[in-house]
Amino acid sequence: MSDVCVEITGLKKAFGSLEVLKNIDLTVNRGDVVCIIGPSGSGKSTLLRCVNLLEEPNDGKIVVNGVELTDPDVDIDSARTKIGMVFQGFNLFSHLNVLANLTVAQRKVLKRSETESREIALHNLERVGLSEKAHSMPAQLSGGQQQRVAIARALSMNPEVMLFDEPTSALDPELVGDVLGVMRQLADEGMTMLVVTHEMQFAREVADKVIFMDGGYIVEEGPAAEVIGNPQEERTQLFLSRVLDPTHHGPGDPA
Amino acid sequence: MAVSKRKRAEYIRYAQYGLLIVIALLVAFLADWGQIRAAFFNVDIAKAMFPSVITVALKNTILYTALGFAFGLALGLVLALMKLSSVAPYRWIATVYIEFFRGVPALLVFIGIYYGVPIAFQMQFPALTTVMLALGGVGAAYMAETIRAGIQAVPKGQVEAARSLGMSSSRAMITIVIPQAFRIILPPLTNELILLTKDSSLIYILGLFREQYELTKFGRETLSRSPSLTPILIAGLCYLIITLPLGYLSRWLERRGTTGSSRKKVSA
Repeated sequence: MSDVCVEITGLKKAFGSLEVLKNIDLTVNRGDVVCIIGPSGSGKSTLLRCVNLLEEPNDGKIVVNGVELTDPDVDIDSARTKIGMVFQGFNLFSHLNVLANLTVAQRKVLKRSETESREIALHNLERVGLSEKAHSMPAQLSGGQQQRVAIARALSMNPEVMLFDEPTSALDPELVGDVLGVMRQLADEGMTMLVVTHEMQFAREVADKVIFMDGGYIVEEGPAAEVIGNPQEERTQLFLSRVLDPTHHGPGDPA
Repeated sequence: MAVSKRKRAEYIRYAQYGLLIVIALLVAFLADWGQIRAAFFNVDIAKAMFPSVITVALKNTILYTALGFAFGLALGLVLALMKLSSVAPYRWIATVYIEFFRGVPALLVFIGIYYGVPIAFQMQFPALTTVMLALGGVGAAYMAETIRAGIQAVPKGQVEAARSLGMSSSRAMITIVIPQAFRIILPPLTNELILLTKDSSLIYILGLFREQYELTKFGRETLSRSPSLTPILIAGLCYLIITLPLGYLSRWLERRGTTGSSRKKVSA
């Protein structure tokens, strides 16, 4: 297989008359960590959700792991088993305990045996440091623990790429670190990752490439040190100064 | 005129108590207690009803309700899924069914099924099947709306998570959404069961044998052979044996649901 994992060309998406994505081109190489940053409403979450077709694009081509998702005859369910997704709101199955959350899709979709799926689940729980929570219900866990379980659930399908949609935005500040730690470890292990985030520190330290989006366009992209450390575009500079130094901005400043 | 708001509320309350006492006294004096006791509390007639009021009538009421509820739940689930379907004709069929059976008295439905089905299909169903079709057919219309609301109350993120793991939409519905929907609608579904228990009395319209009598039919039949209304009272009390615990169950489930302490604590 080529070393390109995700390839997006000419992607457009509108909700009614609201154009959210206007002609996006994006390539993610295998093993790379790409962080997408930008103000809310810039289309970054929509872009991520197009990569596993949770949102249907209006135009353009999306190829993931060599499968064209925008082909009308694509087997999307099979393609999605190779694309892990982690949501802002965790979305653990609230009626199933942690172990069942990790095994249900392995068994029903991949048709793995009970023993095998259980083994894989426990291994991935260990990776996120929550082996002892296998028999807890999601509601008994903290937000940070729930998100780590959600990561382990996605990993249990043995995905080739992981999508993270603002994975720490719903967490209390003191729980963010645990989740970012797990993500950093995944990146170190060579997982291909596409991360929508507001965590500039994480993007700066972990990302191979940072993409700044605004108004449905990719405004700037490049190595983390350049986009975050030395942004060229005015909109990027403004956004970063507001995010990195929020107390020195009045409410009326242009965004 | 310096009566405070609090004082005035107090006077109004006293007036209400007074009115209640007057009404109670009027009823107590005007009613003929001897006649009431003779009419409703004839111990010999009550004794004669046992044990068959339990072994036949109560048993049959429970059996008919259970059959109707099981069939109604299955059909209600199908109707709810049809109503939520993206296929328009499915939605139309479900809507027509639900509106029709909710808008027509159950008694008419029972008559229609009892007399109409044998004519239409030139075959006679066993009594139990007719009871199941009639009670379940009506119950399904009510339950379908409850189930549909439950399915829609499951957060959208649950489906998105399931689909992201490669589940098809029907797999996600069966494995993830429906189990959660049923947790949500357990209290209203218990109420439907109570209503169905009482509606089972309407099958008196069906020609049943003595050993097929349920509580209401049994009470009426005993009534026709006795000078007292006691059988009706006994039958009524038997309904309470079923409906009161179900009512408590429903309210308990509701409390459990709202306080969020539903999940048993598992030691980690």
